[in-house]
Amino acid sequence: MKKYNFPFNGKFGNFGGKYIPETLVPAIEELEESYKKFTNDSNFKKELKDYLENYAGRPTPIYLAKNLTEYVDGAKIYLKREDLLHGGAHKINNTLGQCLLAKKMGKKRIIAETGAGQHGVGTAIASAVLGLECEVYMGLKDTERQKLNVFRMKLLGAKVHPVKSGTQTLKDAINEALRDWITNVENTYYVIGSVVGPHPYPMIVRDFQSIIGKEIKKQIGKITGTLPNAIVACVGGGSNAIGSFYPFIGDQEVSLYGIEAEGSGIKTGKHSATLSAGSTGILHGMQTYLLQDKMGQISATHSISAGLDYPGVGPEHSYLKEIKRVNYKSCTDDDAIKACVILSEKEGIIPALESAHAISYGIKLAKKMKKSETIVITLSGRGDKDVEVVQNYLNGIRE
Amino acid sequence: MYKSNGILKENRIESKFNELKNKSQKALICYVVAGYPDIKTSEHIISSLINGGADIIEIGIPFSDPIADGSTIQDAIQNSLIAGTTPDMCLELSSRIRKTFPNIPLIIMTYSNILYRKGYIQFAKKAKASGIDGFIIPDIPIEESKEYLNTMQNIGMSTIFLVSPNTSEKRLKMISRICTGFLYAISVYGTTGERQGFDKYTIESIKRVKKVTAAEDIPLAVGFGISNPQHVKYMIDAGADAVIIGSAIIKKIKELENKDTLFTTLQKFIFELKNSCR
Ligand SMILES: Cc1ncc(COP(=O)(O)O)c(C=O)c1O
Repeated sequence: MKKYNFPFNGKFGNFGGKYIPETLVPAIEELEESYKKFTNDSNFKKELKDYLENYAGRPTPIYLAKNLTEYVDGAKIYLKREDLLHGGAHKINNTLGQCLLAKKMGKKRIIAETGAGQHGVGTAIASAVLGLECEVYMGLKDTERQKLNVFRMKLLGAKVHPVKSGTQTLKDAINEALRDWITNVENTYYVIGSVVGPHPYPMIVRDFQSIIGKEIKKQIGKITGTLPNAIVACVGGGSNAIGSFYPFIGDQEVSLYGIEAEGSGIKTGKHSATLSAGSTGILHGMQTYLLQDKMGQISATHSISAGLDYPGVGPEHSYLKEIKRVNYKSCTDDDAIKACVILSEKEGIIPALESAHAISYGIKLAKKMKKSETIVITLSGRGDKDVEVVQNYLNGIRE
Repeated sequence: MYKSNGILKENRIESKFNELKNKSQKALICYVVAGYPDIKTSEHIISSLINGGADIIEIGIPFSDPIADGSTIQDAIQNSLIAGTTPDMCLELSSRIRKTFPNIPLIIMTYSNILYRKGYIQFAKKAKASGIDGFIIPDIPIEESKEYLNTMQNIGMSTIFLVSPNTSEKRLKMISRICTGFLYAISVYGTTGERQGFDKYTIESIKRVKKVTAAEDIPLAVGFGISNPQHVKYMIDAGADAVIIGSAIIKKIKELENKDTLFTTLQKFIFELKNSCR
């Protein structure tokens, strides 16, 4: 493979770009310039490193899941424990980075969107510790299924705006955050929660999340003396996945698997498997794969995990699918719940339902691999926020 | 005479602006969400607007995720989509209006994905055949406009771009040069929607944009939040060659939906606004 050097001019092949209203153009340009300036600044790097290590809890462990490996009877399964981070998910890698950047840019007001609430919580945490004002947009439907996180955000001093328009989930929360940004562009920084949106966001979020993959490389290298054979991560917008994959893109011998949410099954139409079942289009400032109808209207999606319930995907994933560097697969709600139960029982770890999608596929994959091989599954978050949803689902199944 | 886009022998938008200039009038541009409350009523609504004195009609094709729109237009779009409106139905609506009003400029306002999904060329051709004269796509900034511009220019469509109070001088010049038909200046920081009044920065922004559009010989239209004759006058005094009314019309439609008085009320409302353009 030629050297992988994207984005080039704000694009990943034909994907990405900045399809935004004119009012946001100056803000996006300012962001790109500031990002370049501060991420090359040694003080900025030092400060961020300090927050990541001493506040958020990096590096996170890589854990050999012995019981799960024994149960599967295939490749050795390692879990990258992003669930142990402060806040309970990988989201804080990005929110600390972006909020620190916002502060250096002199912005006092932070806005964010959130699906599962993990990015909202991550942004509320980073805003609190950095002394910034924080407002979070969240689809009304998501505020109901992730009540715990709504309260956590409030407790952390953030204002939560339930979004009643459209499908009342993540996509509509992003719409509303963009509208807020258009209105308050002069004093507001928009902390986007995944590798989506207009350039330079997909690049910025990827860079901040790449610490996951860098650590995996170092940690696995130390244990096995070589690279892992496969890495598996769930894909909503795709930030924990790209963060895990990015440092390995040039290492062809490492197979990469991004797992989308198949909801009730692709055939039922009730799913969020954008790369597996979508087509290209333009939404939220980017050209990428989307779930949409023939006319170009964006589809309503479904997943038991609010964090994967999104009709788009990061443009870099669209590109990695096109060049066939990453394999994109999917798991159903049922698969995810089963994996959640297995990991809880076998390893004493309750995974977030998003991460449970990666666990489910990881188990399937490990079964087909040799015992001498290793597989890393990124455990993007912990499952406390989901226990009510899991309980209801399990009760429903038993009825 | 305003500059010609040099592509068409006769473009209805240019002709309209030249005609109004000769009459020392400003243009009143009216926006409707096609298919709100339903496609048949839209046709009556547009006729009422034209009969009331609208100079140019913007036909809004509903898109599921209208990020540049405030709650009034969002709700109308959602209603229209629920009623089953498709882009093809909107173009058929345009064809019917074109038959009744051969000279009125008709412009499509929608979001990029509606065009992208069908293919820019296919969409533009069909729009042309339906009597459309130009496009306003708020989520295609000049950076992403190459294919869109080529397609539209080849077919002879005007491409109207937006500028904002925070658009730099350099961009303003670039956009005015690329833009055909008229330049759309957004009055405020924000999405579409009615406003009580405007801050001083709006006037300053219009004056700044006007200097550039005057030098480039392209008409300047101001929109977002304009809802009464005083607002219209305010924008014209600041230098606008045209004003765009959107949410205020949608709000009237919502208030009077299913009432016999809807069409006459709209016609009277537009007549009063147009009076401020004379
Ligand atoms: C724990 C967890 N994992 C994964 C995701 C999906 O996001 P991404 O695909 O950007 O990693 C979320 C989003 O809310 C999440 O909370």
